[in-house]
Amino acid sequence: MTDYRGIFADGLWRNNVVFAQMLALCPLMAVTSSATNGLGMGLATTAVLLTANIVIASLRHLIAQEVRIPVFILLIASLVTLADMMINAWLHELYKVLGLFIPLIVVNCAVLGRAESFASRQPVLASAADGLAMGLGMTLAMVAIGGCREILGSATLFAQASLLLGDGFAFLETTLIQDYKGFLLMLLPPGGFLVLGFLLAGKRVMEQRRERVKSAAAAVAGQAGSPTN
Amino acid sequence: MIGERLTPETRQTVGYHVALLGGVALLVSAVIGIADALTRADIAQRQLEDLQATLQQVVPAKYYDNDLVRDVVVVQDGGRALRVYRARRDGEVRAVSFQVSAPGYGNTAMLIVLGIDRAGTLLGVRVVSHSETPGLGDKIETRRSDWILGFDGRSLNDPPPAGWGVKKDGGAFDQFTGATITPRSVVHAVKSGLEFFAAHRAELLDESPTLLPSPRAEVGMREPQP
Repeated sequence: MTDYRGIFADGLWRNNVVFAQMLALCPLMAVTSSATNGLGMGLATTAVLLTANIVIASLRHLIAQEVRIPVFILLIASLVTLADMMINAWLHELYKVLGLFIPLIVVNCAVLGRAESFASRQPVLASAADGLAMGLGMTLAMVAIGGCREILGSATLFAQASLLLGDGFAFLETTLIQDYKGFLLMLLPPGGFLVLGFLLAGKRVMEQRRERVKSAAAAVAGQAGSPTN
Repeated sequence: MIGERLTPETRQTVGYHVALLGGVALLVSAVIGIADALTRADIAQRQLEDLQATLQQVVPAKYYDNDLVRDVVVVQDGGRALRVYRARRDGEVRAVSFQVSAPGYGNTAMLIVLGIDRAGTLLGVRVVSHSETPGLGDKIETRRSDWILGFDGRSLNDPPPAGWGVKKDGGAFDQFTGATITPRSVVHAVKSGLEFFAAHRAELLDESPTLLPSPRAEVGMREPQP
């Protein structure tokens, strides 16, 4: 029985691609100057992660250990090429926003990482779940970082979301401060590192606090349970 | 499954590795080939639409009734070929549009599209792609500032040649706070575009060189019309 709950907990939080594994930082810094870009890149990567995991898990018995890396790279690169062509042809508005970054998914080590550490050893369904969970976790991280940078850098949130998701999502576009002068540093790569650093610290603090509560509870339980003289 | 019938020993032979890599390569090539065949027409159509949208920004609709993106003349200019789109109305070329590139801040190129009418007056200028610093150099975009609209109605003699520069260099065009290199480069590129138009005017406007003497006809680069 596969532990799907565990797979999703890993992907979204415990073993998050960005916040725990610290992978995929190159595309992350490049695209997350706004929440919308982060969302688009995250979703495109999720699609590639999901299909790469499925393909590699279904071929896992055929793939010889010695040549697995070139085989994985071939498969991932061709999936990305396919995604690039299809987005260009049928989701052209999205392509205009993300076009330059789609080929970058190939060098996103998270995709190869999941192929190597999960999909090459697990059944297809579990691998699909893992790809989806890891991709969504990464999307979450990219939207969080993009959102912070966008708010601090240009005082908007989800600007141009309708370009990415269709006009139905225009309500997402918010301007927080009119005539904001802009905080350029946040939109440049250093801003990405700063925001990532603060978010990582925040995650660490939350986990430590939870740990402390847990151990305190355990201590209380231990005291209550121990015989008193 | 085939996989379970393969013994670990077979999978370790060099022959199997070669077959596996070759097989995967063939398979993905086939898939990509099919996908390319399926998407090529759509992608070409999208690119044409993008081009059309760009050209419409620099050539007002009243200047043409033809299919702008398909009326192309390729002009050799200093060793490179430039694609020039011609706007015709009632068969006569009323305006032309073409793209020039300019070095940006850092080692990236900006692509700028110009619309010029018969008299050599600028109808519109737009930067179609650039990677200038957000917040500083990106004021060349229409959604950030009106700066680029300042070229409308200008020509090679308005301002006079010495004025084709940013104010910091004694020219007529504003620079931005904190960014001089980007606007300076755009001004230069627009001027060189106008000079290109002036040099190739007859060819671009589809006229015989005897009616309007062009510099090229004078130096005898073309056979005189009988």
